[in-house]
Amino acid sequence: MFLLIVFVWIKKLRHLVVNTGLEAGPKHPQGGSLMKNILKSSVAILMGLSFAGQTMAQTMITEIGEGEGQVNIVAWPGYLERGETAEAFDWITSFEESTSCMVNVKTANTSDEMVALMNEGGFDLVTASGDASLRMVAGKRVQPINIDLIPSWSTVDDRLKNAPWHYVEDMHYGVPYMWGPNVLMYSTEVFPEAPTSWEVVFKAMDLPDGEPNQGRVQAYDGPIHIADAANYLMFHNPELGIISPYELNEDQYAAALDLLREQRKIVSRYWHDAFIQIDDFKNEGMAASGTWPFQVGLLQGDNTPVASTIPQEGATGWADSTMMHAEADNPNCSYMWMEHTLSSNLQSDLSVWFGANPAVLAACTDGRGMQTAEGCTANGLDDFDRIKFWTTPVSSCESQETCVPYYRWVSDYIAVIGGR
Amino acid sequence: MKMQSAMLTSISDTLWRKPNLLILLLILPPALWLGIIYLGSLFALLAQSFFSIDEFSGVIQYELTLKTYGELFRPSNFDIIIRTVVMATAVTIGAAIIGFPVAYFAARYAQGKWKPIFYLGVMMPLWSSYLVKVYSWKLILAKEGILNWIFESLHLSWLLNAYLAIPVIGGYSLSVSATGTFLVFLYVWLPFMILPMQASLERVPHTMLEASGDLGARPYQTFRHVLLPLALPGVIAGSIFTFSLTLGDYIIPQIVGSSRRFIGQAVYAYQGTAGNIPLAAAFAVVPIILMAFYLWLAKRKGAFDAL
Repeated sequence: MFLLIVFVWIKKLRHLVVNTGLEAGPKHPQGGSLMKNILKSSVAILMGLSFAGQTMAQTMITEIGEGEGQVNIVAWPGYLERGETAEAFDWITSFEESTSCMVNVKTANTSDEMVALMNEGGFDLVTASGDASLRMVAGKRVQPINIDLIPSWSTVDDRLKNAPWHYVEDMHYGVPYMWGPNVLMYSTEVFPEAPTSWEVVFKAMDLPDGEPNQGRVQAYDGPIHIADAANYLMFHNPELGIISPYELNEDQYAAALDLLREQRKIVSRYWHDAFIQIDDFKNEGMAASGTWPFQVGLLQGDNTPVASTIPQEGATGWADSTMMHAEADNPNCSYMWMEHTLSSNLQSDLSVWFGANPAVLAACTDGRGMQTAEGCTANGLDDFDRIKFWTTPVSSCESQETCVPYYRWVSDYIAVIGGR
Repeated sequence: MKMQSAMLTSISDTLWRKPNLLILLLILPPALWLGIIYLGSLFALLAQSFFSIDEFSGVIQYELTLKTYGELFRPSNFDIIIRTVVMATAVTIGAAIIGFPVAYFAARYAQGKWKPIFYLGVMMPLWSSYLVKVYSWKLILAKEGILNWIFESLHLSWLLNAYLAIPVIGGYSLSVSATGTFLVFLYVWLPFMILPMQASLERVPHTMLEASGDLGARPYQTFRHVLLPLALPGVIAGSIFTFSLTLGDYIIPQIVGSSRRFIGQAVYAYQGTAGNIPLAAAFAVVPIILMAFYLWLAKRKGAFDAL
């Protein structure tokens, strides 16, 4: 345990040195504070030459060389499978065999975790959602992608090619990976018919089985869940004038928080880990919760009586892109992997496995994997316009003058969960 | 060959003439370890808490400020501190109450082969994986878990439901209530309370207890005025373990409980997930201050006099 702490702090220190070295230069010509210098020099003495390899690679790569033997990827749970969870779902082995690049996976449960891991460094790629991608572009944690080096780029769904969550200032910072809705999962024992509104997880009420919903619903343990509340208000309280659930002014934001405070009273646990939520639907008698299609699939595979729906309000959703770290140690394997994500069975089989939609439309129909046209429709391929994709809330927003920025979402959501 | 042995001789002569040099050489590696790696990392942490974060990009601004400490006193963050301290106190008191009779029995009455069996019984939970223990407790406490089933079989569900209806400590089921978190903390940290208590109880001479009885003290008086003061160092040592371990833990409240944050989770969330290392560091300083205060209080109460 102690060694782990030391290790983590050495990593933080390294982060600190790299940052001070880079940030202090042009921005603060005086060279920064005393503390900074003390830290810098003492750490430099301590760590010696071990970080000599740290350079800032801001420019795009123009050609792919020999593979480095490995690639380190931060991914959502369930995104990178090598046939270990279920034998039929494997899109890593073929890549490792054909390129000799070994894939090392680090899973992250929230977008904030992904940003933090990428800030820490040591990874090449990340499957970032829209609420993480722009933060990493702004923080210069990811590098532009040279799409000419990815032969299958042309097969990407046109709706995603220049999507604002990875396409910034005429540069591509990511390769579209997968997208899907945050569905409403419900127990079919409690609901004989699919609930038509998100109301069942937001307001105290009796469910069709005659019992109150208090304690039997869950909500996502990430600040982005505030957008789900805003999405609900967009439909039910049009006088608030919400145009996008990610662009909220003070009044709209306060209304969303009020709704979430009401929700706190009926939520027994905020789900953070997909597998704990699965366990809760099996052993805690949960009736409904917003969730990813991933959990629905696993629970149904286990014969738990659940189903999912996109209610009348529409849903929030995620659209993920593979993005490359600004200081990626294994750029060649990274480019090979990005090509692999588009050209192999990955798009098709992952969309079956995760219940999501492929970024390459042909993957639904051309039989490269298990997915079929009907399967894609069931996953919501045609609902693209009903889904409000996760984006990072910023203060200078398009739809109105100023919006509440993300850092307030973080602290206020912790407060709401704490009952404030 | 000759030259080498001459050199060795001169080294050993030097060390013999200057014994302090020898001591210095021997003590240098552990001192470096303690000074640089241990205290160094601690000060790096403290230093981080005086920085602040750029709110959009999550990049840390390396300018000294107390802004981050100010954020600790926001109601939502202060709640987290209070919640954690109350939980740590409750766990410590609970562990002392449950642990004392167990330790007393082990120290006084367990004889022969029962003694090692007792040690094993207390220590065995420490050998299995922490996560396995916590997950199995989640299953035990679940709505459709074994504990609920027992209550149902005994037709006592009304009792459990009445208890769960109490605000703050109750909830929809035990596994999502503060009581559940308390029970799991209690289970996981109990050995750390029992073992030091047992060690200190074994050192209490039983002649003293007999003398107390001979002089007319009732059992309670013997306990209050003879046994407890003599065993107090063990209780304090145990309470330092349980209190500090509960203060820092971030896994148990994430798996069992009402999702309301504890300090450890706040550190984890702000550092690991929000990238807000300054606020995480400021949160991490809180247990250090609390423990320093706790030790100071214990010392003032004379808890260490008997050591």
